Amino acid sequence: MIHILGWLPVMWIIYLFFAGKLSVNPIQDVEQRLGHIAVYFLIASLACTPLYTLSGWREPLKRRRALGLYCFLYANLHVLTFIGIDYGFNLHLISGIVLKKPFAIVGFATYLLLLPLAFTSFRWWKKKLGRWWTNLHRLIYLAGALDILHYAWAKKGDIFRLSGDILQPLLWGVLLLFLLVLRLPPVRRMVVNLRSRSGMALR
Amino acid sequence: MERKLKHITVPSSEITPYNLYLSRREFIKAAGILSGTAFLAACGVKLTTASGPGTTAPSQVPTQGTPLPDNAQGQTTDELGEPLNTFNEITNYNNYYEFSTNKEAVNSLSQNFKSTPWAVEVGGLVQNPKTFALEDLLKFEQKERIYRLRCVEAWSMVIPWTGFELASLLKVVQPMTSAKYVHFVTLMDTDRMPGEGNPFYPWPYSEGLRLDEAMQRLTILATGLYGKPLPNPDGAPIRLVVPWKYGFKSIKAIVKIELTEQRPETMWNTIAPNEYGFYSNVNPQVDHPRWSQASERRIGELNRRPTLIYNGYSDEVANLYSGMDLRVNY
Repeated sequence: MIHILGWLPVMWIIYLFFAGKLSVNPIQDVEQRLGHIAVYFLIASLACTPLYTLSGWREPLKRRRALGLYCFLYANLHVLTFIGIDYGFNLHLISGIVLKKPFAIVGFATYLLLLPLAFTSFRWWKKKLGRWWTNLHRLIYLAGALDILHYAWAKKGDIFRLSGDILQPLLWGVLLLFLLVLRLPPVRRMVVNLRSRSGMALR
Repeated sequence: MERKLKHITVPSSEITPYNLYLSRREFIKAAGILSGTAFLAACGVKLTTASGPGTTAPSQVPTQGTPLPDNAQGQTTDELGEPLNTFNEITNYNNYYEFSTNKEAVNSLSQNFKSTPWAVEVGGLVQNPKTFALEDLLKFEQKERIYRLRCVEAWSMVIPWTGFELASLLKVVQPMTSAKYVHFVTLMDTDRMPGEGNPFYPWPYSEGLRLDEAMQRLTILATGLYGKPLPNPDGAPIRLVVPWKYGFKSIKAIVKIELTEQRPETMWNTIAPNEYGFYSNVNPQVDHPRWSQASERRIGELNRRPTLIYNGYSDEVANLYSGMDLRVNY
């Protein structure tokens, strides 16, 4: 089921392309859609544990790896579109951007953070790294924050002054913050207490 | 939305019929995109290394292409030989936040915008202030000008505007000697322009030019597109076009023009002052703080192209900035 959800977005984009329903700037349209989808999957993977904390439902916990890997898939498609189609492998132009321009630097950093996470997502690595596996995978919190920043900085406006075209990255940023706060031990304990006191059964 | 050009004096055998021109462009575009995605071969843009002046405006500039015709009626390319963008492209990809921040939604959301009756109040430091009805403004000598429009987001189009030189309007109202700037304001009406309810922007849209920039012959008030009245998504019924500056300077749906002594406030400069300057001249060597301005995507093309200083209008406008540090005066 989750795999249908995972592949659906790219199928949809391919359909839009052949149906001529992309914008008159189709390269940017595809690039931005892929980037948005990567953000959605990243946030979704981070929502699993809070969902379990709030409801006691264990299903989301089993989906974290799949969601994380789909985020990685779309991040790769997004980067490939950027490097290959948008900038036609022109290394001069690309390095001028990725090494110098803040919005691209944070995007590149996000991608670099996703690499070891995707690489070590298999059970073999979990056994090999033991406790360090969990610590390593906490990097997703940083990746999430950088991703939101990348999103905000690609727009015209100033997210830190709440001016301009920043509503969407702002909303996702607030959601990310909420999902991270729910992980803090004192908050988590408080939620679990409230949950058990209100009598919600643990499935 | 297919429309035919009005009757033109150039022999019709020389002109691609409009609807055929549109379908050819669509085909080329589709074929280009298909082959581009099928073959991810290196097809990068050859960018000449950034050398030469770009930070200080040169007093001697190289000639770029043929001179811009005063009236381009009947032409199908700009003065550099680049093809026009299609009517479909020009009306379905618009940064017009008064309607939506979604470029593709502006067309449908602005469908019912009533642009008549319309009046433009011209005043401030002038001898002869006057409010012009749209009909009055259409009496100024209307010319067809094919201009490149370069958005600060690094995409561009070639657009056949119909309009008149702002200078001819200013000459009628007679600016006083104390007047140094021209300030423009868009209609403020959240009923007709629902986007103006968006709290992230200091409405109404406001822009400005230095008086000499306003008097430059390239600066026009546009009232038409492809020989027909300006469509709603493009700023009906009257907008400014300043082709050597980033697109956001070309304010749409103008209701007020005033001559001032102080530099006027401009929307994007208010939102992010270190990113959007008053001048905002197109310059591949002065980057936006967060992204590069060295290249752009011409809508309809597969490959990126290098951005030209002053959007390719150096010949005409570079002299306005001679001696100015373009990095400081961005």
